[in-house]
Amino acid sequence: MANPFVDFSSVTLAYDEASGNAIEDVTLSLHEKEFIAIVGPSGCGKSTFMKLASGLRSPTSGTLLAEGRKISGPLKIVGMAFQNATLLPWRTTLDNVLLPLEIVQPYRANYKRDREQYRQRGMDLLKTVGLQGYEDKFPWQLSGGMQQRASICRALVHEPKLLLLDEPFASLDAFTREELWCVLRDLWAMKQFTVVLVTHELREAVFLADTVYVMSARPGRIMVKRDVDLARPRDIEVTYTDHFIRIVHELHAHIGRIRKP
Amino acid sequence: MAAKKKRIDTWAPWMALSAMIAIWQLVCTAFDISDFIFPGPWAIAQSLFQYWGPIQGHALQTFWTTMAGFSIGIAVGLLLGFLIGSSRFMYNALYPLMIGFNAIPKAAFVPILVVWFGVGTLPAILTAFLICFFPIVVNVATGLATLEPELEDVLRALGASRLDVLRKVGLPRSLPYFFASLKVSITLAFVGTVLSETVASNNGIGYLMMSAGSQMRMPLVFAGLIVISAMAMVMYELFAVLERRTTGWATRGMDTQF
Repeated sequence: MANPFVDFSSVTLAYDEASGNAIEDVTLSLHEKEFIAIVGPSGCGKSTFMKLASGLRSPTSGTLLAEGRKISGPLKIVGMAFQNATLLPWRTTLDNVLLPLEIVQPYRANYKRDREQYRQRGMDLLKTVGLQGYEDKFPWQLSGGMQQRASICRALVHEPKLLLLDEPFASLDAFTREELWCVLRDLWAMKQFTVVLVTHELREAVFLADTVYVMSARPGRIMVKRDVDLARPRDIEVTYTDHFIRIVHELHAHIGRIRKP
Repeated sequence: MAAKKKRIDTWAPWMALSAMIAIWQLVCTAFDISDFIFPGPWAIAQSLFQYWGPIQGHALQTFWTTMAGFSIGIAVGLLLGFLIGSSRFMYNALYPLMIGFNAIPKAAFVPILVVWFGVGTLPAILTAFLICFFPIVVNVATGLATLEPELEDVLRALGASRLDVLRKVGLPRSLPYFFASLKVSITLAFVGTVLSETVASNNGIGYLMMSAGSQMRMPLVFAGLIVISAMAMVMYELFAVLERRTTGWATRGMDTQF
């Protein structure tokens, strides 16, 4: 097996003394091109996990390595998308997607010179997710699903190696959600980055991921690691097969046990 | 049908104004109210026409004084607003002081300013500035402080510095708040100027009103009042238009008319 890309080793984080540990003793290895999902009850520390993985926070104890080196600050190889698309309303969709390129080096330094190239890259990404023709529209002119698609494009424009998604489809209706699952699945297959998907929706986790981790309630610990042995590429139809439903059911039972006091 | 409705909408305020003037004149004539107490619109109009020369001179004086005070107010307001809105520490340190300062009636400042700077234009400019900068500070600070944490996370994870986030997101986001505060601020600035001119100046509409009042020339006093009101309204509308032009995205095409 290739060397772990991101390696959590007994990582614990407490935001401050008073509130106690948000997550505790988390040991987890992420390999390149892997797609993992983290599910768990509300407040179990999933967002904390994201903050650690992106380098926004340092662990209180334990070791956290990225590409073999200790994480000392925000990793520039990361792209993030959240439940709220949070696109900037004064920028067009395309300008929103290009925002990371104005910040991350080396793109930032070459911005004036490579402007056209970047615009083309942004437009290509938008085309991949089906937003062709909406480049010059403003965020309020797009539906919720479209905004999320743009948000994911923004997370990918600087070619990150790691994509962190924090319940990105939670505020969308069921059909749009399934559509975006397929969009994400195809993007991942094409660009081959690593994904950490945090979600409440078990079907989403099992459909998309190679491995699903179940976290306990606060302080969050990894309770279960379930490898999803469904063949790829996966069609939406697979979500109605017995095997799929069995896996979801299993995870559901695990979470049910965690939620009971 | 829609065009007719729009025309009615545009004419509505003018109709209301005409109605008010008509009723005003009617009341004054019917009850034979003396000009010394409550002049009617006709008497005021006559006064405006008769003294147009001096009124114009004083009006310009008030206008430029107000603009000067307002400009200082914008500069200081932006600076302080930026400082307070961008740093938790600064917010905690300065905000209570600002509120305390703002609670002081600015009329109380005028005698102090006169002692320091003498009578005339300078205390008027400073009074205008002191009254008008606070709303700008508050609005800019609010605009900056309401930055969504998730957005900040997205940018920080890319390696953006605090300044980057403020520049790319904080400031543009504050613009609607800033322009909204300008509308309020300009009218306050006029108040400040006139206040100072009333007690400590030989120039300006404030002085004109004070002087005319002491000579019992009430129509002239009211004329002065109307001139200030007209100036303030024009400036208010100017900033309202500016706001709509530059921050259309904030109201998403809705029609905010206040």
